[in-house]
Amino acid sequence: MRIRVAALAVLAALVAQPAFAGTSPTLDKIKKNGYLRCGVSEGLPGFSNPDAKGNWTGLDVDFCKALAAAIFNDQQKVRYTPASAKVRFTALQSGEYDVLSRNTTWTMSRDVQLGLEFAGVIYYDGQGFMVPKKMNVKSAKQLNGANVCTQTGTTTELNLADYFRSNNLKYTVIAFEKDEEVVAAYDAGRCDALTTDQSGLYAERLQLKNPADHIILPEIISKEPLGPAVNQNDPQWADIVRWTLFALVNAEELGVTSKNVDQMLSSPNPEIRRLLGVEGAFGQSMGLTNDWAVRVIKQVGNYGEIFERNVGQGSPLKIQRGQNALWTKGGLQYAPPVR
Amino acid sequence: MAQAIARTTWWRSRRLRGLLFQGALIAGITLAVVGLVEHVLAEGGASGFGFLNNTAGFDIVQHLIPYSEQSTYGRVLLVGLLNTVLVAVLGIFFATILGFIIGIGQLSSNWLIARLCVAYVEVLRNLPLLLQIFFWYFAVLRTLPGPRNSLNPFDAVFINNRGVYLPRPEAAPEFIWVVAAFALGLLGTIWLRLQARDRRERTGEHSDIGLATFALLVLPALVASAITSFPLTFSVPVLDGFNFVGGVVVIPELVALVTALSAYTATYIAEAVRAGIAGVPSGQREAALALGLSRGQMLRLVVIPQAMRQIVPPLTSQYLNLTKNSSLAVAIAYPDLVSIFAGTTLNQSGHEIEVIAITMGVYLTLSLLTSGVMNLYNARIALTER
Repeated sequence: MRIRVAALAVLAALVAQPAFAGTSPTLDKIKKNGYLRCGVSEGLPGFSNPDAKGNWTGLDVDFCKALAAAIFNDQQKVRYTPASAKVRFTALQSGEYDVLSRNTTWTMSRDVQLGLEFAGVIYYDGQGFMVPKKMNVKSAKQLNGANVCTQTGTTTELNLADYFRSNNLKYTVIAFEKDEEVVAAYDAGRCDALTTDQSGLYAERLQLKNPADHIILPEIISKEPLGPAVNQNDPQWADIVRWTLFALVNAEELGVTSKNVDQMLSSPNPEIRRLLGVEGAFGQSMGLTNDWAVRVIKQVGNYGEIFERNVGQGSPLKIQRGQNALWTKGGLQYAPPVR
Repeated sequence: MAQAIARTTWWRSRRLRGLLFQGALIAGITLAVVGLVEHVLAEGGASGFGFLNNTAGFDIVQHLIPYSEQSTYGRVLLVGLLNTVLVAVLGIFFATILGFIIGIGQLSSNWLIARLCVAYVEVLRNLPLLLQIFFWYFAVLRTLPGPRNSLNPFDAVFINNRGVYLPRPEAAPEFIWVVAAFALGLLGTIWLRLQARDRRERTGEHSDIGLATFALLVLPALVASAITSFPLTFSVPVLDGFNFVGGVVVIPELVALVTALSAYTATYIAEAVRAGIAGVPSGQREAALALGLSRGQMLRLVVIPQAMRQIVPPLTSQYLNLTKNSSLAVAIAYPDLVSIFAGTTLNQSGHEIEVIAITMGVYLTLSLLTSGVMNLYNARIALTER
């Protein structure tokens, strides 16, 4: 009997498609649950990694906290689900979590074929190389004839082959199934270089016996724009995720930080007034309150603060802003205006 | 009793029920397969085996046949299959030798040898295989020096943490004459052996053909080489930049995998050998000694042939296990079938069902072939009831 009721409920849910655009079923469900469900990695330092007390920390985690702050005014109302590289999209499609915030590269096939919507780019990454200092290699172009360790089953193997082929260099690839073995084999001297996304290289360097003995080469051989993804069937939810990301970047550009956001409420700058909801009703039109950005910035900080805290100078990774600097400072981070 | 059978109603007859259940099972499997295929077809685009003709685009560290990034996924399948077969054949070879030595050693009358062999079996059999593979891999890597400080035990042989570099033989076209001369010599030894056996059966006299065999195998090939001014040359590995180039390289992943697989499987083979020998009645041994055979002859001519009947069936299943266990290669970057085909190819092409189906088919075929060969051998040595 109970099974039949459940089956009926499923049927009813299938029949009752959203009656009109303008409300977000995902947002309604999140509000009803009382928490946001966030898909993260299985542990990548700086991006999403459980700390010693089991709390999730990192750039991708902070983005989920920002969403929770925008919706609930409480950054703690998030439930994290670690997802492997293989299952992350299937789990998002089947509704295991509301947003996938997990160092995931925005590619055309993922955007177009998998029924996903990428909200933007939270981190501009690219594949790079790490080599021992004593090799005296200054550029990836000097790696002719080298043994290169990498992880199998990712795009890195293909990028590697393309790069060496287009530069007419010879190489030998040693591809492991798991990251830990890649690092261990590189540390044991099996390869001359290790390749993966540059952000990952900084994290993996910390796991080596003597991190200071290894350098990361300047070349980036692929474009890996990492960003949060949501299901394609809820455009309003996608808007909320997208504009929360933009709010973080705009806040940094306008000089609004977690420390000064309260004073900024009385700023005469119209751009700041619109971002913080003093003027206009931008938050309400997304199904949130007008001061959504204030809550996000106050609790989580702007993009620059999040970056420095998790992967930048305030973290063990010490990654330079580089491509992730604001467009006004020679980087690529650029958000459309609130208007 | 006959009445009892007559009284059972037709739907309770054992034969009918058997047919019914088997029919239902077959129908179920057929439905599942048809459903699966239809589902795959309905997904569109990513279906069928056409992807095997697509360019793979990635490199593979060890390939026994020519391969490059421009090769197809079909080629990847072949490369992976050959790498798996290589590990399986090497593993079976070494595991058999080691297993027989340890198995016989366990029954040795020398207390120390017997205990050592028992300890070997008990320790290695009870450690997880994956752990042993990691142990050998990292033990090998960590103890060996880098390419610049390679060990050089023989001229033109280099050992470092990138592998063992050996000279590669390169044959000129005239080499065919040397091969022909060697083949002729080989035929000669076979003829010699047949002659010797014939003589023994006729007269009971033993003829020593060791030296003649050696001469027949070596001399013709040597003479032919000299006449064609030594057509076989060797390409010697040379350190160039990061690594050695030229020569043949045996990668450390292969060494570690074969070592771990043979050391582990040898424990099971040793147990099978021990059980087989223990199963030969002691009367056979006593009779052999009474006939004046030496201990070695007794073992070789009387005990082992009878023990083989007990050993071969479990041996077959150990060979199958070793072949299947070789799929753990993926953990240490050895490019076997599971690693490069069911791993990389699956991830990149997205054809999960086809790739897994092919992989399962390949392992099934390999296992059935191994088991077929072993069954033939078993039939040959089996006790013929007269």
